[in-house]
Amino acid sequence: MIEGLIALWIFMLAAFTGYEVISRVPVILHTPLMSGSNFVHGIVLVGAMVALGEASGATEQLIGFIAVILAAGNAVGGYVVTERMLEMFKTKDEQNKKGGQE
Amino acid sequence: MNTVVQLCYFVAAVLFILGLKGMSSPRTARKGIVWAGIGMVLATVATFFHPDLHHAVNYLLIILAIAVSGGLAWWSGKRVPMTDMPQMVALYNGMGGGAAAAIGAVELFKAVSQIGATSAQQLAAQKDLGLEQVEQFAAGHSHVGSLLGADHAVLGISGALIGAVAFSGSLVAWAKLDGRLHRNQLLPAQQLVNLGVFVATVLFAILSYYTDGSAVIIVFFVLALVFGVFMAIPIGGADMPVVISLFNALTGLAVGFEGYLLGNPAMIIAGTVVGAAGSLLTQLMAKAMNRPLTNVLFSGFGTATADAGSDPEGEMKAIQAEDAAIMMGYANQVVIAPGYGMAVAQAQHKVWELVELLQERDVSVKFAIHPVAGRMPGHMNVLLAEAGVPYDLIYDMEEINAEFDRTDVVVVIGANDVVNPAAKNDPSSPIYGMPILDVAAAHNVIVIKRGKGKGFSGVENHLFFADNCRMLFNDGQKAAGELIQVLKKL
Repeated sequence: MIEGLIALWIFMLAAFTGYEVISRVPVILHTPLMSGSNFVHGIVLVGAMVALGEASGATEQLIGFIAVILAAGNAVGGYVVTERMLEMFKTKDEQNKKGGQE
Repeated sequence: MNTVVQLCYFVAAVLFILGLKGMSSPRTARKGIVWAGIGMVLATVATFFHPDLHHAVNYLLIILAIAVSGGLAWWSGKRVPMTDMPQMVALYNGMGGGAAAAIGAVELFKAVSQIGATSAQQLAAQKDLGLEQVEQFAAGHSHVGSLLGADHAVLGISGALIGAVAFSGSLVAWAKLDGRLHRNQLLPAQQLVNLGVFVATVLFAILSYYTDGSAVIIVFFVLALVFGVFMAIPIGGADMPVVISLFNALTGLAVGFEGYLLGNPAMIIAGTVVGAAGSLLTQLMAKAMNRPLTNVLFSGFGTATADAGSDPEGEMKAIQAEDAAIMMGYANQVVIAPGYGMAVAQAQHKVWELVELLQERDVSVKFAIHPVAGRMPGHMNVLLAEAGVPYDLIYDMEEINAEFDRTDVVVVIGANDVVNPAAKNDPSSPIYGMPILDVAAAHNVIVIKRGKGKGFSGVENHLFFADNCRMLFNDGQKAAGELIQVLKKL
């Protein structure tokens, strides 16, 4: 398990990673990227599943169930919306190819 | 088994980072989201084998919740029109924040019930154990903080607070963008009330650390949710993108904190990466509007400022579609400056058709995109890409501003504040200092607009009263349609 100082290192490195990954993004990708990072924090679904999975008693189960509902909406909705936005960034060739197949 | 689960989390975290990296370039963006998606599926499937999961009922509840909510989100995400994307992002983001808060709530309530259980155990054990041992035991587990450990409790409670604020705040942002909520104030002296609620929320967060009952925790969550609503209420529509981005970063942070509470490295890494990336994105957006973040959050832009700024002189001069089309058809260079109005009117396809007609007539056409045109940065780019406009016609504010004095006709479609010269030359204006598209420098400006109303900031636009400006009062799509009809006959 990740404890104390090790976690601090992870927090630090992850924060720099996030900063680096974004820092050279063209303006046209700001909205898809915001949507994409919105999808990535859908990983909260994993935590919600654990919270519900280890719940005992009705209150914990109810809140855990709400957590999974909300988290699944975040993950699935975030993916669909981002995918649709990025669908438009196809290059000309890809669009032609697709048109040819249909 | 647990090692395999942890390895899956590791691979998922790598895929998330690679995915985000991919999404930062147009060429690899679509691969990026697919990679991140594979990571998500991997992590989700692995979690079914997590050693902490037990009770068959809980497994069923998990599957039920994912199926119902995932199905609904899939369906709503697929059918929502491109113009409504900003509010959908706000909505899904709020759900993530809510999930993080709910995880915190489960863990806190579980801690409280364990404290209850240990006191009962103590009573039973008192007969067998010496009094000294019982006291030792009780001292170690008498409140949430000591039971969970200081680090877990502090981060768990902070994550719950941030998640709850992001949840209710994002829902308000969604309601505002979706046109379901127009109020900018719920109570008199809203900002003062907000400060009070914030202090009370933090106070109850601290109390939650020291509590051994659930009442304090419930009050804490209610206060955090109320604060989220109050925080988002005064923020005007023009600032919403910045706020959504901020809530996005906050949700990431909350997810990272709850990940620590659960000892889940995938959540820690993904949450923190999003928290950092989202904070940077928020700064970039605020910078594009030349407004410090504190200003966005606490000024109540567009609420009480309607009468600020000097009134313009002169009057608006209307133009008919025929004259406008002729002006454009015989121009050398036309620049189109779209705004949120184009999105609302779904006019992007018609506009592109119009541009193609102009190009056939050897008119050079460019699109000028203000960094915060629309409701999100890049919103206009997404819409124009949807209509099939090639990248190389689309220019950023810095690139195009030098060209306006060489431009015959600028067509402003549904944009207002981002072309308001008051931002440059009227220090009393609330939008003073915001960088704008310098369209007034062009020989002629045609503004397509539905009515004489003000922009989202509530500020009168001096451009509309300028000598070289003509107003084409119509819905963006209808206006473009009429212009196309006339151009075809020319």
